[in-house]
Amino acid sequence: MARSTTITVEVDDVSYTDDVEPRLLLVQYLRERLGKTGTLIGCDTTNCGACTVHLDGTSVKSCTMFAVQADGRRVTTIEGLARDGKLTPLQRAFHECHALQCGFCTPGMIMQSASLLQENPHPSEQEIREGLEGNLCRCTGYQNIVAAVQAAADGTTTSDSATENGASETAGVA
Amino acid sequence: MIPSAFDYAAPETLAEALSLLGSAGDDVKLLAGGQSLIPVMKLRLADPSMVIDLGRIAELSGVRDDGDALLIGAMTPHHQVATDPLVAAHVPLLAKAAATVADPQVRHRGTFGGALVHADPAGDLPAPALAAGATFIIAGPGGERRVAAADFFQGYFSTAVGDGEILTHVRVPKYTGWGAHYEKFTRVAQQWSIVAVAAMVRVEGNSIAEARIGLTNMASTPLRATAVEEALAGSPLTLEAITAASAHAAEGSDPASDLNGDAAYRKHLAAVLTKRALVAAAGL
Repeated sequence: MARSTTITVEVDDVSYTDDVEPRLLLVQYLRERLGKTGTLIGCDTTNCGACTVHLDGTSVKSCTMFAVQADGRRVTTIEGLARDGKLTPLQRAFHECHALQCGFCTPGMIMQSASLLQENPHPSEQEIREGLEGNLCRCTGYQNIVAAVQAAADGTTTSDSATENGASETAGVA
Repeated sequence: MIPSAFDYAAPETLAEALSLLGSAGDDVKLLAGGQSLIPVMKLRLADPSMVIDLGRIAELSGVRDDGDALLIGAMTPHHQVATDPLVAAHVPLLAKAAATVADPQVRHRGTFGGALVHADPAGDLPAPALAAGATFIIAGPGGERRVAAADFFQGYFSTAVGDGEILTHVRVPKYTGWGAHYEKFTRVAQQWSIVAVAAMVRVEGNSIAEARIGLTNMASTPLRATAVEEALAGSPLTLEAITAASAHAAEGSDPASDLNGDAAYRKHLAAVLTKRALVAAAGL
């Protein structure tokens, strides 16, 4: 059992094979080895949710998982959501509802909101708040974040073509 | 924060894991969901020289019907326990408690067995497991042994699982005709329980036939609220009877004092929360 292990991980639809130390955290692997800096490190103590990614489709905190645990599995980051330059309805909703101030929590908020909507496509406001319990916004911007998730669930965001400019702006922030 | 270096193995069978564990020496840690272990490794409060990851052992995960009981694999994530139809049908207390653990991301990774073996006094699974009369199935070099919940929790972060052993499954009897509720008291989101109460009640007509009550964070281990259970057996199904019985909730407890509240406050909470849990479980 050497102190370096070879892993193969699919990240945002691309397969990567790398030698990693077992102690390398998934979030460090994503940011420092793959350059996926859209996923942020906030508290680094499993509280804030800024590092949230999807592992085989469900949300996890990538600061609280070793990269070796993702061997053979599929990881989706905030950078893997948009398709052909078009934001998902959830991403558009965050833009249109102005669901961010400084933007630091936004990638984690969107990844957790996406997981929440997969498990519960039509959540109540209370269910949205509880579903985002593991994500902290220190700008105190929860009101618009909840509104954005509700808008995405209700399908009330504008169409792709109407927000192409906005799309690229939001992607830049995230 | 970066943990100390360690050797890593991810066996695919229980037999392989036991064999690795047997030859790894004293300085080894088993990794389940890692939602408690990885944070303490990052703080270097734990720095094992070897980590054995149980995450690839399929036989340790999942919920299955075992006649008059459910068999819950130790590596079953909290989210699965909280949403599994068998658990909801037969031991809803466990589903309700699992749904209160930490936050959704942690519930996707953290495991039922990992949390039980971690045995944090403020953890949300030990008291429900105790109240439900769970049996812990532990594998070791000499084979398998079974430990009752009352003997499993031995102190702060301490259980009957010994060196060289792995908790594989938890067997929980089916409860038909019982109401259940887990009443958790916290002050902020994703907080550990300051105090929580796990209650199951079987109602017959207008009276309470039986109650089973577990207390979270009222001692170094989960406790049964025996005095309340005895007071309720055969009592009328009324708010007055439940209130009177709940006043005994803290008897025999030994809660800690900390920044969230002193021991006297926790004893007060135990009575209040026991009443709330019983009212909800009985559907009053």
